[in-house]
Amino acid sequence: MSVYQIVFLITAVVTLGAAVMVVSARSLVHSALWLILALFGVAVTFALLSAPFFTVVQVVIYIGAISILMIFAIMLTRRVMQDTGPGVNQGWWMALLLSFLLFGGLAWMLSTWEGFGTALPALPEGVDQVKALGVALVSPNAYVLPFEVASVLLLAALIGSIVVAWEKK
Amino acid sequence: MGDPINLIGDWLRNLMTGWGLPENLATFILTVMGVVVMASFLLILDIALVWLERKVVARFQDRIGPNRLGPFGIIQPFADIIKLLIKEDITPQGADRIIYNIAPLFALATVLMMWAVIPFAPTILGADVNVAVLYIVATGAVGTLGVIMAGWASNNKYALLGAFRTVAQMVSYEVPMVIALLIPVLLARSMGLQAIVDAQQPWFILVAPLAAAIFLVTSIAELGRAPFDINEAESEIVAGFHIEYTGMKFGLFYAGELLHALTVSALVSTLFLGGWRGPFVDQVPILGVFYLFVKAFLIYYVIMWIRYSFPRLRIDQMLGFSWKFLTPLALVLLILTAILDKAMEGATPLVYTLVMLGMNILLVWATVQVLRTYARVERRRVAERRPVATATEADFKELIGQE
Repeated sequence: MSVYQIVFLITAVVTLGAAVMVVSARSLVHSALWLILALFGVAVTFALLSAPFFTVVQVVIYIGAISILMIFAIMLTRRVMQDTGPGVNQGWWMALLLSFLLFGGLAWMLSTWEGFGTALPALPEGVDQVKALGVALVSPNAYVLPFEVASVLLLAALIGSIVVAWEKK
Repeated sequence: MGDPINLIGDWLRNLMTGWGLPENLATFILTVMGVVVMASFLLILDIALVWLERKVVARFQDRIGPNRLGPFGIIQPFADIIKLLIKEDITPQGADRIIYNIAPLFALATVLMMWAVIPFAPTILGADVNVAVLYIVATGAVGTLGVIMAGWASNNKYALLGAFRTVAQMVSYEVPMVIALLIPVLLARSMGLQAIVDAQQPWFILVAPLAAAIFLVTSIAELGRAPFDINEAESEIVAGFHIEYTGMKFGLFYAGELLHALTVSALVSTLFLGGWRGPFVDQVPILGVFYLFVKAFLIYYVIMWIRYSFPRLRIDQMLGFSWKFLTPLALVLLILTAILDKAMEGATPLVYTLVMLGMNILLVWATVQVLRTYARVERRRVAERRPVATATEADFKELIGQE
């Protein structure tokens, strides 16, 4: 087993363990902090796949923006932070079954894919990944339409939030 | 010659492979050693920063500062450290023990992490990642998490208020900061810091002075230093997020803040002041380290100058400054820079620099005009005579109806 595989296994265990802790922690702030660890594990996985841009973007957006806003919202609701009731309800076995089915289905689907067993191909030398991604995002042959649609959606959300927050004179 | 760090590194590598260690393991050991040496160097520098900060603030406030221990009080920081180490270590009742204890580590470690991507010389740098600029934004965000954790885990209302203020401040100031960071990226055509330094002929401060100013201001806000230190405003929330911390745990926050200020200075130097660039640096690479730190300490002095010259802003003024002033300005600057950059493809560096500089000056002039008009309207609004007690007619009718 190479160092690479050991690092991957540790990352996977930490990510999944943190994800389990997210749903089982008693305090909401603890859940949010475990979520940050899980998201960080995903970032490390991106790094292992030699995708530095996605690693950093994962940290900036999911940890730097989304998680911090979640913690902010949770901290504002100080009274409901501690939950003393049971952690599971009567339908827990259905959730377990469904998640196993989903996991099994995905694993089966991936195992039938031809690229599943092949090793990670090495990146060609001298290619700037970030530049290639940038060109692909605005090139008409590639992803310019989804990119623009996402931009318009975000702009609409921005305007919407301004309208909601607008003080009525 | 001229590059002792790589020389020592190569010598150690040869020594270790000579002992029969595999190449990979030797690289790993060398990397770990590099990290330890780098972090120790910065933390020792941090001790000097404590002395410098106290001495300079004393001068700004017309005092002498530490002057009892050693010449110019130079041993004072060591006495401070001993004091911090022997203080009682208190964990408040009801605090979240684990989070409370890892928060100070977060605050200091994230600052140290930023130095991994800063190039010290043409041949000396930690990691030449091609997304270094984004990496810095990411580490800064994780560092803020330390403050939030400290504020929440202390089980103290003042600490929690400090954490709230930090979030509001960080979320708003990150927007103009990232936009301002895009300008050197656009000019250098790369997000790697080494490539940005390589591209600085002339320094980017001449091509994009306004971007440098916006980055410096937003960085000071992210540092949480005066005039943006509302997250630890003594007169309002006692000490903010670190109110419950004693001894060395407080010391870690303090050290983290000082080192963060130096880190920001080094980043401004790298992005806008040419980083390690200086005379003879191509022949003697180690000179680059000297140039970088000279520039960084110059900016550090400017940060201290701002800190001790301006009073603290109110939170609404601070957020307004970011959203209503810095963000639109940074956006306009980015768009103008991008358009001019495209329009001047193939121009000589001199023409390019002059046009960019002219555009920046024009933009400053236009901004000042807009601000003057705004100030005039605002003055008129404030000066207007207002009745002592106001109640709109609707409220009034409602009150009568209730009776």
